[in-house]
Amino acid sequence: MKLIIATIKPFKLEEVREALTEAGAKGLMVTEIKGYGAQSGHTEIYRGAEYAVNFVPKIRLDIVVPDDLADTVVSTIEDSAKTGKIGDGKIFVLNVEQAVRVRTGESGDDAL
Amino acid sequence: MKLNALGLAAPIAALPALASAQDVAAAVPTDVVFILNSLLFLVGGFLVFWMAAGFAMLEAGLVRSKNVTMQLTKNMGLFGLACIFYYLIGYNLMYPLGTWGIEGILSGVWGTAAMEAVGVGADAVDDYSYAATASDFFFQLMFCAATASIVSGALAERIKLWPFLIFTVILTAVIYPVQASWKWGGGFLDEAGFLDFAGSTVVHSVGGWAALTGALILGPRIGKYKDGRVHPIMGSNLTLATLGTFCLWLGWFGFNGGSQLAMGSIGDVADVSRIFANTNAAAAGGLITAMILTQILYKKPDLTMILNGALAGLVSITAEPLTPTLGSATIIGTIGGIIVVFGVPFLDKLKIDDVVGAIPVHLMAGIWGTIAVVFTNSDASLGTQIYSIIVVGIFVVVTSSVVWFILKATMGIRVSSEEEINGLDMAELGMEAYPEFTNR
Repeated sequence: MKLIIATIKPFKLEEVREALTEAGAKGLMVTEIKGYGAQSGHTEIYRGAEYAVNFVPKIRLDIVVPDDLADTVVSTIEDSAKTGKIGDGKIFVLNVEQAVRVRTGESGDDAL
Repeated sequence: MKLNALGLAAPIAALPALASAQDVAAAVPTDVVFILNSLLFLVGGFLVFWMAAGFAMLEAGLVRSKNVTMQLTKNMGLFGLACIFYYLIGYNLMYPLGTWGIEGILSGVWGTAAMEAVGVGADAVDDYSYAATASDFFFQLMFCAATASIVSGALAERIKLWPFLIFTVILTAVIYPVQASWKWGGGFLDEAGFLDFAGSTVVHSVGGWAALTGALILGPRIGKYKDGRVHPIMGSNLTLATLGTFCLWLGWFGFNGGSQLAMGSIGDVADVSRIFANTNAAAAGGLITAMILTQILYKKPDLTMILNGALAGLVSITAEPLTPTLGSATIIGTIGGIIVVFGVPFLDKLKIDDVVGAIPVHLMAGIWGTIAVVFTNSDASLGTQIYSIIVVGIFVVVTSSVVWFILKATMGIRVSSEEEINGLDMAELGMEAYPEFTNR
């Protein structure tokens, strides 16, 4: 099993979710986050005074899938979240040791 | 205002200048004039009362969430104190009705405000030709409370509760009524020909001067001015701030419209109507100007400036809401909007921390509005307007400074830096406005 962590632009969430459902991912965890990477921050003005926005709002996706689905999910996110402009986000893939479905006690791929 | 109206109500009935108005005035029975005048004061009064809600919401929205309960507590407290002290001292200090201790400067009437008897008849009312005394008291009281409300926003997020409320007591019992007597009580500024219809100077600049001296003596919030730069501190809830602005706008119809002080003739009702329309036009001019200017200067419109722009338009038209045309009222408001957009960063340059923009809105636009009277009212003289602005300004700055310094020396006016950073809500009140929200 693989855990795929992706950061995406917030307005892309709906598009990514639809693409992932089509690709066969059965679950999705979503968090609103703030952070910075290559995009860094930008400045805004409040009542005539400039201030730095150091942390940019992003959406974080956490998806756990069977090993054979991981590459598909990664490329699906890549395709659906891409705008070609700075700040499109990043995707990380991690190994997952175990998964358990609380209701039934199923484990491994069956729990996903 | 009271004396003015006494002087105004009679000439309307007697002046032969407008034959039709004279005929109609003669056709309105004195009972009805009394009833309509009193009704204007009551409706105007409860509209101005609603400005207290406006100030409370505007300020609650423009402070950080950790200071919201405190800001609301100050707004409630100052209103209650204004009601009590205007009754105890202020009303008679403001309206000596000719009984001066020092001629034209200080009322000779010391004592509480009194109303007419229960179920009083035409034979026993204080002024049968005019209006019920209680309606006048109720109306005037709301103006006094509005003056105090102006101060709280500028000093938000760092001033202690009780010293602020003690200042409110002095402001509403003495400072506001004494200077108001100079104009509306028939004192020396009125004698000099000073014109201020509903109080660009008498109310708004007075609140503004008191706020300015307070802000200077209190100092800026921690972190606002650091390393030679301005660090904006965002308000917690622009929904409330916008609601507050609309509440104030609504209240202003009572503020300016009620200041016609008479509704017993076609002429008066037509004038009140003009005032409503002009007041509204000035607010529109101010807000659109702020919207366009912030778009041009900062590439994005700034809602907080738009709110201040609407209020600055309202303050600007307050000294003369009757004589302008709709077009000139809009322009007067527009200039108010310009003043705010440049006034807010100007204060920041001077490191004067005014949380809600009370000083640009009420003081700067108040001065502009007082000067603007000369453009539409030929009875006004520029020299007298400026003289009166300066006299009132010096009086309020000196008296407020004395009070602020005494409070600072005795009980202290500022919370500790730890309390300020943790928020006044928990430090001084032990309760939060949004207890389940995250800390900021």
